[in-house]
Amino acid sequence: MLNYDLVVVGGGPAGMAAALKAKENGVDSIIVLERAETLGGILEQCIHTGFGLHYFGEELSGPEYAGRFMKLLEDTDIVVKTDTMVLDVADGNVVTAVNKKDGLLKIQAKAVVLAMGCRERPRGALSIAGSRCSGIMTAGTAQKYVNIDGYMPGHEVVILGSGDIGLIMARRMTLEGAKVKMVCELMPYSGGLTRNIVQCLDDFGIPLKLSCTVVATHGKDRLEGVTIAKVDDKLQPIPGTEEYVPCDTLMLSVGLIPENELSKNSGLELDRITNGPKVDEYRETEHAGVFACGNVLQVHDLVDYVTEESQIAGLGAAKYIKGEKVTGECVYTQGINGVRYIVPQRINRETDADVKLYFRVGAVYNNAKIIVECDGKEILSKKKKKLCPGEMEYVTLKQSVIAELPAEAVINVRVEA
Amino acid sequence: MEKRELVCVACPLGCPITVTFDADGNVDTVTGNTCKRGDAYARTEVTNPTRMLTTTVKVVGGSAYVVPVKSANPIPKGMMMECMKVINEASIKAPVNIGDVVIENILGTGVDTVATNYAE
Amino acid sequence: MTYDVAIVGAGVVGGLIARELSRFKLSVALLEKCNDVAMGTTKANSAIVHGGFDAMNGTLKAELNVKGTAMMPDVCEKLSVPFKKNGSVVVAFSDSEMEHVKELYQRGINNGVPGLSVIDQAELRRIEPNISDVAVGALLCESAGIVCPYELTIAAVENAVSNGVEFIRNCEVKAITENADGYVLDTTAGDINAKYIINAAGNFSDELAKMVGDDSIELVPRKGEYYVLDKSVGNLAVHTIFQCPNEMGKGILVTPTVDGNLLIGPTALNIEDKEDITTTPEGLKEIVEKALKSVPIVSTRNAITSFAGVRAHPVNDDFIIGWCDKSANFLNVAGVESPGLSSAPAIAIYVRDILSEKLPLTEKEEYSVTREEPVRFRHMNDEERAELIKKNPAYGRIVCRCETITEGEIIDAIKAPAGARDVDGVKRRTRAGMGRCQGGFCGSKVVEILARELDVPMSDITKFGGDSKIIYERTK
Repeated sequence: MLNYDLVVVGGGPAGMAAALKAKENGVDSIIVLERAETLGGILEQCIHTGFGLHYFGEELSGPEYAGRFMKLLEDTDIVVKTDTMVLDVADGNVVTAVNKKDGLLKIQAKAVVLAMGCRERPRGALSIAGSRCSGIMTAGTAQKYVNIDGYMPGHEVVILGSGDIGLIMARRMTLEGAKVKMVCELMPYSGGLTRNIVQCLDDFGIPLKLSCTVVATHGKDRLEGVTIAKVDDKLQPIPGTEEYVPCDTLMLSVGLIPENELSKNSGLELDRITNGPKVDEYRETEHAGVFACGNVLQVHDLVDYVTEESQIAGLGAAKYIKGEKVTGECVYTQGINGVRYIVPQRINRETDADVKLYFRVGAVYNNAKIIVECDGKEILSKKKKKLCPGEMEYVTLKQSVIAELPAEAVINVRVEA
Repeated sequence: MEKRELVCVACPLGCPITVTFDADGNVDTVTGNTCKRGDAYARTEVTNPTRMLTTTVKVVGGSAYVVPVKSANPIPKGMMMECMKVINEASIKAPVNIGDVVIENILGTGVDTVATNYAE
Repeated sequence: MTYDVAIVGAGVVGGLIARELSRFKLSVALLEKCNDVAMGTTKANSAIVHGGFDAMNGTLKAELNVKGTAMMPDVCEKLSVPFKKNGSVVVAFSDSEMEHVKELYQRGINNGVPGLSVIDQAELRRIEPNISDVAVGALLCESAGIVCPYELTIAAVENAVSNGVEFIRNCEVKAITENADGYVLDTTAGDINAKYIINAAGNFSDELAKMVGDDSIELVPRKGEYYVLDKSVGNLAVHTIFQCPNEMGKGILVTPTVDGNLLIGPTALNIEDKEDITTTPEGLKEIVEKALKSVPIVSTRNAITSFAGVRAHPVNDDFIIGWCDKSANFLNVAGVESPGLSSAPAIAIYVRDILSEKLPLTEKEEYSVTREEPVRFRHMNDEERAELIKKNPAYGRIVCRCETITEGEIIDAIKAPAGARDVDGVKRRTRAGMGRCQGGFCGSKVVEILARELDVPMSDITKFGGDSKIIYERTK
């Protein structure tokens, strides 16, 4: 049995930031366990720029952003094990992992940070009828083939889902000589950042078809085409609107799901909206000493916020290990009337700093107000020119305000259109 | 007076901006932006739109087949596909470090193409 | 060289026949037109080992179903294939259906099915907690079970090959001629000579028989669609839950699978194109509507994938097993639709006996009826895992996160006799890619490993053979 103060599961931007922050705050022995052959997580294949605008004030590519943290890690005594898969986080914070070199590793940790990121929603979960030929893949899988392996996954592409990954791949495939015929989006609005609509679709004349979905795939061995159709306000295909689109590749960008197998198996209950664990203001889950941050906690759109959140978790883990973390009575948060969820789900009344509440709205709002209230009383409000589901927002609660709330109080956050 | 509407992409706010031109095609007014960056973006976008180009380049003598690269600065939007052709003919010898210049001054733009990841 | 026997079709029937014949001093070739075994109906059915009460008294279906089901636990144990005797219930939703249930009971008794009883609403609810409130009673068959049909086939063929059977894949029979020495099969893998031919070609067995002048086999392709639901709802059913059968078949069932998922389906629709295994919006909708009747809390929100299979339905409604009228040494094993999987072990024996009428069968001095259990890392405890990785570090790299499958297991699947040559082949042997993310994470790694082990570029690797390429040329 190995012993470490802190075990970090996942060496992507979340894990790296949490580990570094914990080290900065006096945690002695830290080990980062990463399943890929390098650190960096999904950033390694995100070769486009747009990362670090907030955090570094620079526009970096994914690998460059990750590279900054990798360099910082190298200057510490934080132990990193790559090509290592964590199999279990058990009661009492015992972490089991495997790799080729060490075989089976059992580590007793004082605290654990879960930073496993997220995975893509697959075709099977969508009930798209038709052929199960080759040529149907998630956008992230295609991204890996192109950017890491250096292979073209297809030549004539239809993309389902206007989330950022789909938009980025529309541009990437076009640059490498493929014909991207269209991006179909089920909702009446796009799920991705506006900059990506402009720079990935408009720039290349790739049409974005809203309220449109793929209803069937065709092809014996390899995909030969798809049938698309318009959908109604209940998101159901409208009979008679079907259109056949010849293509050899269907890329799916239809949602990210936090990778919580380990969390679930360890007994943690997941928030039904975020699909991540429920946490307090320092990102501690309902299991003592187990923290969660990054995409495993809630799917982010900006890695800068992942870093920020993971630093909170790293700081929280450090406080916990040193016996300095505030515990006791809590207040709870709730998103209502247009606000889909709040992270953190609970806040210690006697917390030692201001707390940022992160959330997403469920629809597009223009010139709206975010209202934070408790027991009918308004705590704060924030005017927003534009709110949309594709962009995470936050409001800041002052420490003094939190301290004055009664125990078990529920803080509601809502949109006023 | 000519008018063009666009969405600023300098930051996630996405302010809707309206640019007006005089008879000679010079930018007259920029309205709708909420910061200086928006103003700058709008002016460039309507006169000489530029973009960051990110792609991969072949690696020789290493374990990776490709390494990601980017244009060190934005290049003219209309030259993206041409630059891709040049990049796809090029290669770089391993080992590669972040920032290594792969192609100097691509197609006379004054912009270098640089590696954005390590390659062993 | 002239083989004694050429078996055409490496489905579960052809595979188990090959295994049975591999006990004897014969040269046997198992021919398969696809890139892997079990590519036809075998990989796309309900995976049920039926009790045997459904088939009419006196039919071959009834006889071989009951025999096959009785043999199945032992065959699975010898081949190290998971099998579960979870029992089945045929549920009645009305008094008239209850009458039908009693008919099935009697038919089952007459067929010699063990473990049958008629149960009332209270008992049904006790043993099936999630069954619909509308159910009034059921036929309980305790001898029924579940198995993985392609795992069984893969194991049977591995066993057969290790006993000396030659497995020839990508071998489609185009024409057959006869000469003094026997048959010459003109195939896509070259000419193959054999004294006897066993026609286990599933949906194509009618076409194969025509090649020797026999057009008596009349098959109607009948499509069935399914949903596979996540393991988190695998326990919504304990037994295999049937509804009362109709003229198109046994109807839509809700069943746990031997790997812990929930399977709902199949529909039944006669189709023109026997190779049409596409799912349809209507079919998928029908599955849900009907499955909800049995287990109202089933939801496709938990669906991880869907698929379709085609049954080789014989118009005379019974298996067609016997010497061909038009060609003396051609043995038909056709029309094997449900209860084909259940019957397969018994079909193998039945066919062996028929073959022995003309071809003397002498047992080999040495052969094995067992297949060694493949490494299943996910079922091992910590000590076993540590030991395993020490012996071979390839088991220390987890490739499929969702199902906990190691690189070592994937390599084993490729290196095995009649091993995997494509992504789906790896998937069916190891379960890599069958979990929640459906290969999103591990898919590209499986392609890498296949390319490395088969010493070909990644772009040569296919999903399931033929033109099912995954990726094309290099970007640079």
